[in-house]
Amino acid sequence: MSTLLIAEQVLNGLQLGVTLFLMAAGLTLVFGVMGLINLAHGSLYMIGAFCCAFVSVETGSFFLGLLAGMAGAAVAGALLEMVVMQRLYARDHLDQVLATFALILIASEGTRWVFGDVPLFLDVPEAFSGTIELIGGLTYSKYRLLIIFVGLLVALGLYWLIARTRLGMRIRAGESDREMIAALGVNIRLVYTIVFALGAALAGLAGSMVGALSSVQVGMGEPVLILAFVVIVIGGIGSVKGALIGALLVGLVDTLGRVFLPSFFQLFMNNSDATTLGSSLASMAIYVVMAIVLAVRPQGLFPATGTSSA
Amino acid sequence: MSRESRVSLVVLVGLPVAAFIAHISGETYIINLLTRMTVLGLAGIGLNFALGYGGMVSFGHAAFFGLGAYVTGIAAFHAFDDSLFATVPFELASTNQMLQIWLIALLLAGLLALLIGFISLRTSGVYFIMITLAFAQMLYYFAISWPTYGGEDGLSIYLRNEFPGVQTDKAFSFFLLCFAILLLVLLLCWRFVNARFGAALQGARMNALRLSSIGIAPFPVKLTAFVISAMIVALAGALFAELNGFVSPTSLSWHMSGELIIFVILGGVGRLVGPLIGAIVFVLLETYLGGLTDRWQFFLGLILLATVLFANGGIMGLIGGRTRHD
Repeated sequence: MSTLLIAEQVLNGLQLGVTLFLMAAGLTLVFGVMGLINLAHGSLYMIGAFCCAFVSVETGSFFLGLLAGMAGAAVAGALLEMVVMQRLYARDHLDQVLATFALILIASEGTRWVFGDVPLFLDVPEAFSGTIELIGGLTYSKYRLLIIFVGLLVALGLYWLIARTRLGMRIRAGESDREMIAALGVNIRLVYTIVFALGAALAGLAGSMVGALSSVQVGMGEPVLILAFVVIVIGGIGSVKGALIGALLVGLVDTLGRVFLPSFFQLFMNNSDATTLGSSLASMAIYVVMAIVLAVRPQGLFPATGTSSA
Repeated sequence: MSRESRVSLVVLVGLPVAAFIAHISGETYIINLLTRMTVLGLAGIGLNFALGYGGMVSFGHAAFFGLGAYVTGIAAFHAFDDSLFATVPFELASTNQMLQIWLIALLLAGLLALLIGFISLRTSGVYFIMITLAFAQMLYYFAISWPTYGGEDGLSIYLRNEFPGVQTDKAFSFFLLCFAILLLVLLLCWRFVNARFGAALQGARMNALRLSSIGIAPFPVKLTAFVISAMIVALAGALFAELNGFVSPTSLSWHMSGELIIFVILGGVGRLVGPLIGAIVFVLLETYLGGLTDRWQFFLGLILLATVLFANGGIMGLIGGRTRHD
């Protein structure tokens, strides 16, 4: 097991981690500010990817597609918020789970209706295809590096937005006491719509970027959604910082587990048994991590402060 | 007799009558459809015990449903080629007797629920939803990456297992068996809910603090209900596998957990027979909408959304009148 392989897998883990962060950030904001558990977040990821695929095929430009993916998901998110989600804020979690589960069915079948069953393929833009040589002779995909870079940039931007701007102040205030901030004359409804659309745009961005790595198809959002839930539960629901750390943790555990657990078991078992057991356990690893975290700290690693509900 | 009881009675009499009519007119397909409703209704009733009465929103009951299904499938797999069911911790010959299979399924589901419940019930609200989901996903991924029992392809059950005195391979006999189990479970649930235990359980849902202040700790009550609920769902899973002659990892997936919740909500939360009505409506929608259009899930989604947004209390809430307390 060479250091180069380990370094490459760590980068892969980081890439998965930042993708998960883009998903988890929206989920955790929506839960923290509006108290809403949104299963349909994965559908926004899918909608973003489809918008991106459609526009980049039509225009031939991946970056226009990326913008379209974000914009499409944001518009879909804002509409969804105004038509459905607003009625759900006051409901209990059970109603929210079921209503957003229904939205998944609608979005998936609706998309299948429009685009058909065949997955779409997106090409990585010319400038970012191929690999680049990093320090120590490590070669790594340019595009995956771009994803890591964009993800970290978004994390910084979110931090700045929430901690340093007037909108961020209102978001934080809405998290602590929605009635008080409404009484101060802030249009809290509008803040909610903006937060939801922002989360949707990030999901759309993640979907578009990952769509070029694999393929764009109906149901692509669901595995990512569940991983993102694991992330926000580990990180502490409502906390963006928790989402970032949780996402990197989950990304690394999942990626490294898949690579190294089988070889670990090979040390004291025969090859095929070790591969089977190793890969079975690796696919469960993040859930084990989550169960351990919750058993020790039921509120997650970084419980959001200042919320009345958390 | 309240309106809810009358509606329940109509459903419980209507189901076997419909099956009988289908039987004499030789419509095996209809009988299997009715069996499907019965078995899924049984699973919904099991979940309702935890969700409706105990207020535990479990998004991971597919784990127990799938466990029951897999125990059946694995038993049939070994009985078919006459190999051992288990070698660790002790040697267990395989069996094609439903009663023995169910005993194993119930025991395993009970133990698993004890473990999952013990960890999950330390949390509440959205954390509880997520951690139950995570446990179910753990089992799901284990099942698809473990190749011995079919992995992603699932397991076929070539011969339906046997039950003393019942010709299980005949559709109508199998329906009656499932329906008898449904009635038995309903009776048990009714006794539980109206006993002191049920009062404590509903008290734990409404106000855990008050329950503790009169000297009953909520945690053991909820954990017991969670285990009972899981065992009922596992039994339903075992029957479901027998009905289909096939076990697939989908029975462990989070879609299954979602569907179980749908039965409960569609029928009416905390109503004894509600989930059965939910399952009946769901199977009807699946069959007839599915016959009309391939996109039936789109319309199912719309119906569900409308139910949640505008018809709180489900079908039983619409036709059965309000519950007395909440």
